[in-house]
Amino acid sequence: MTDDKDVLRDVWFGRIPTCFTLYQDEITEREAEPYYLLLPRVSYLTLVTDKVKKHFQKVMRQEDVSEIWFEYEGTPLKWHYPIGLLFDLLASSSALPWNITVHFKSFPEKDLLHCPCKDAVEAHFMSCVKEADALKHKSQVINEMQRKDHKQLWMGLQNDRFDQFWTINRKLMEYPPEENGFRYIPFRIYQTTTERPFIQKLFRPVAADGQLHTLGDLLREVCPSAVAPEDGEKKSQVMIHGIEPLLETPLQWLSEHLSYPDNFLHISIVPQPTD
Amino acid sequence: MAEDPEAVLQLPAAPAAAAGESLLELSPETAIPEPPSSVAVSPGTEEPPGDTKKKIDILLKAVGDTPIMKTKKWAVERTRTVQALIDFIRKFLRLLASEQLFIYVNQSFAPSPDQEVGTLYECFGSDGKLVLHYCKSQAWG
Repeated sequence: MTDDKDVLRDVWFGRIPTCFTLYQDEITEREAEPYYLLLPRVSYLTLVTDKVKKHFQKVMRQEDVSEIWFEYEGTPLKWHYPIGLLFDLLASSSALPWNITVHFKSFPEKDLLHCPCKDAVEAHFMSCVKEADALKHKSQVINEMQRKDHKQLWMGLQNDRFDQFWTINRKLMEYPPEENGFRYIPFRIYQTTTERPFIQKLFRPVAADGQLHTLGDLLREVCPSAVAPEDGEKKSQVMIHGIEPLLETPLQWLSEHLSYPDNFLHISIVPQPTD
Repeated sequence: MAEDPEAVLQLPAAPAAAAGESLLELSPETAIPEPPSSVAVSPGTEEPPGDTKKKIDILLKAVGDTPIMKTKKWAVERTRTVQALIDFIRKFLRLLASEQLFIYVNQSFAPSPDQEVGTLYECFGSDGKLVLHYCKSQAWG
């Protein structure tokens, strides 16, 4: 793996200033002040919002409190999507702080999965890591790890410990030197303009002729509408971790450096802002 | 009773499990072979043949002491979610509300309930079908 620790650190320590406000129809015993938090991009909402929950429960009667859920401008926020992905997809063109509305009633069953406890987040996270490794190494790397290694990955994420996480995760980023990359690149492409939750297909990091595939190659293949014609106007932004990587960037490098902790490249395609 | 080789999965309605269906233990399956490289359709991608079909074939295999479904092969719409599939199997097997059901891909990971089966087929299908294992307890982590 390319030794580019600064990039890994910048990705890991990415934060989104966020203002949580209680939904106006929630019944409270006194006025609920907004709650401000720097959300880690690489984590999950239900993993980092215990303080938010406690803050708002203080002004509510116990009988009015059920499962917490979050919403941004009318869209329920999927807790099993990484926070950075949610922001890039839904709010990247809006001013900071990110204004999230907190709900304790009327859970939107059709839109969200239930998250009964942190174990559910861990199970989802580990399943994603295993799916990614099935694509990258036919599951060989994750299967050769011990249970304590799996636990260390999770604890590193849960406790925001970069070194603890990457001590194990670097093994998932290795590949035989003769192969120039993973078997397939674990990626998901999200768009707000389609009904499909995301696009995920098999895509190799290296072409048959040995050339490294780029982000542009991937998009032209699986989502051509995201790439502007050479003489045409740019209609979309392609975002990973809040930045627009050059389309010439090799996918293998992106996979090693800009993947989320679940080992997937979560790519948001959003309309180009018109300001 | 002869085994129905293939059926179209109509959700949410579900056929009842055959009366007296015994609890059988399946022998471990071999890992799904990777698609042959000849099915590569364009640079960097490999997709199983028949990618334009609206429905995909899913082979459901029981793990451990989970009841076996008499009909194992189902044609399922690509846009159906894993959760819809779980709900269907639960009804088919007449599981109690208290009983859990887990689905696994590649005998390795449990896909997210909101994931579309078409996506799983494109990435993990082989020989024109997607093999899924179902279990009443956590089988693979």
